[in-house]
Amino acid sequence: MQYLPNFLFVVVLAIGIGFFTRNIFRLRRNILLGKDVDVSDNRSQRWANMARIALGQTKMVVRPVPGILHIIVYLGFIIINLEVLEIIIDGIFGTHRVFAGLGGVYDFLIASFEILALLVIVSVTIFWIRRNIIRLKRFFKPEMKGWPKMDGNLILYIEFVLMLLFLTMNAADFQLQQLGADHYVQAGSFPVSQYISQLFGDMSISGLILLERITWWMHIVGILFFLNYLYYSKHLHILLAFPNTFYGKLTPKGQFKNLESVTNEVKLMMDPSADPFAAPAEDAAEPEKFGASDVTDLNWVQLLNAYSCTECGRCTSECPANLTGKKLSPRKIMMDTRDRLEEVGKIMDKNKGEFKEDGKQLLDDYITREELWACTSCNACVEACPVSIDPLSIIMDMRQYLVMEQSAAPSDLNNMMGNIENNGAPWPFNQLDRLNWSKES
Amino acid sequence: MASELNVPTMAEMFASGQKPEVLFWVGCAGSFDDRAKKITKAFVKILNKANVSFAVLGTEESCTGDPAKRAGNEFLFQMQAVTNIEVMNAYEVKKVVTACPHCFNTLKNEYPGLGGNYEVVHHTQFLKQLLEEGRITMEGGSYKGKRITYHDPCYLGRANNVYEAPRDLIRKLDAELVEMKSCKQRGLCCGAGGAQMFKEPEKGDKDVNVERTEQALETKPEIIAAGCPFCNTMMTDGVKSKEKEASIAVLDIAELIANAQDL
Repeated sequence: MQYLPNFLFVVVLAIGIGFFTRNIFRLRRNILLGKDVDVSDNRSQRWANMARIALGQTKMVVRPVPGILHIIVYLGFIIINLEVLEIIIDGIFGTHRVFAGLGGVYDFLIASFEILALLVIVSVTIFWIRRNIIRLKRFFKPEMKGWPKMDGNLILYIEFVLMLLFLTMNAADFQLQQLGADHYVQAGSFPVSQYISQLFGDMSISGLILLERITWWMHIVGILFFLNYLYYSKHLHILLAFPNTFYGKLTPKGQFKNLESVTNEVKLMMDPSADPFAAPAEDAAEPEKFGASDVTDLNWVQLLNAYSCTECGRCTSECPANLTGKKLSPRKIMMDTRDRLEEVGKIMDKNKGEFKEDGKQLLDDYITREELWACTSCNACVEACPVSIDPLSIIMDMRQYLVMEQSAAPSDLNNMMGNIENNGAPWPFNQLDRLNWSKES
Repeated sequence: MASELNVPTMAEMFASGQKPEVLFWVGCAGSFDDRAKKITKAFVKILNKANVSFAVLGTEESCTGDPAKRAGNEFLFQMQAVTNIEVMNAYEVKKVVTACPHCFNTLKNEYPGLGGNYEVVHHTQFLKQLLEEGRITMEGGSYKGKRITYHDPCYLGRANNVYEAPRDLIRKLDAELVEMKSCKQRGLCCGAGGAQMFKEPEKGDKDVNVERTEQALETKPEIIAAGCPFCNTMMTDGVKSKEKEASIAVLDIAELIANAQDL
């Protein structure tokens, strides 16, 4: 019976990590449903971008208040998680504060965890106030109703509770150390929780041990729960921000990719020796679909983008279309892409890994044409994203599908394109009049 | 006035065995739009004054394909690109200058992949270079001390990180450069990009150019400077919608420089 807690701990840990691993594989499979794209170039610049943007949080501080609060929470979670290592070792082997032997270093570490935990509690509280009391506009767009709104608050609650559990656990431990309880070695320095421990002044040793154990267990179970919550939440960014910034666009923002499938056709058209009436070769592949109408027409970096989005809405708050009341919201483009991808993934799970047509697609069922045509391609959303997401590339791919596969451009644009085709300008002017300006006064 | 402009074409130069230092890519707006033609002429006046050896393609120039590409018609874009590249390569073009950020972006970034490799500069970059080389001089003239706010064209600024050349030129006019609340990396679009220039906007509560004009008016400017013929149109319309056209002028950087020197 003596090893029951150790056994229980190992079981809980295995379930937590096992479930998380399963979700990571599912995530990977879904992302790889996207088309292949070569991103093996410029490794050193990619590493530098990741270090600067994800690790260094450089784009977060463009907006200083949420930027600095975010850095506190981010550092808090990375640094306090060093403690998890100790918790896991203690849990498996039944030890208590196994790193206590580090002496002064240990005291310093525990003290800094405590201060960070307090700062995280303060920051998370301010975040909650921004979302629920100040009601910042970007958190109240149409796409933020229902689950996305609740998800945003749940994350704050979980973080708040985890930090509170950590501090309460330390407070009980500190009190036990003061009372010289067995097993509770004198270790650590508790600049924050020593004040909480004053609340427990009249508790018995057994009561304190119960409190310490309960908070210890809830803390680690909470962390494992949070780890598994990620896949179902916008909070995946804490993991995916790193690969996403690594694979982010390196070319100038104004440079849109040239479609290779089109280049091949254009070459054929320009080739005087090509026979326009030739029947396609027997073994010729199906002509490639132009543009994107569903998630599987996008490339895997675009799908990774969708899972990396934490719905902060900085893109939407800078979008000229959205600012002037149009339906387009770059954040919604990313959320829709993820939702549809998840739907495709679930269909595959139900059909032994094979996708069965469900009569739905990203275009129209999720993203409307009105949204796509409202974009000015100004790149404000791309610039605003703190983790290098590119909503514009998805909008452009979908426009390509509408125009090249469906001939479904707005009629004004059809006129413009007709003019370019006929007279080499978007307006109906004769190309031979192109130099007239030089002779006009 | 017309006799003052010296605008050689590539064909003429080639026929006489000459090669210009730079090709001036006029663009569709610069060739056909009445407002933008004034920008084209202002720029040519500066080039003439500085004795820059340049040429235009004239009737051999055709749309770069930018609005087609942003509208999703990659096919039409590439057809335009391949045709233009053939013409430019035949004339052995090395350097291109243009007063349109959309042409600039497309020529600079999207043509190389299709066989068109040129050094492409925006006219504000080119003018700054002329100034640094001492080939033009600048004086404030009537713009001395005027409050000028500069609107960043998306395809020059965010798209290609050109923020300083136009601003440096404005400062050289001894004018007071005032920034809008959204500027440089966070500059707000005028509403014309992505082929919006050629269609009605989607339903909303406001037009983008009005929103941007309001930001410009907050700086209490005497002049709104732009570096793009489309932004120029949008801002001019915005100023008109606020009935401020009598007190606020919307001008291209090239026009500011040409006017300051009474060209």
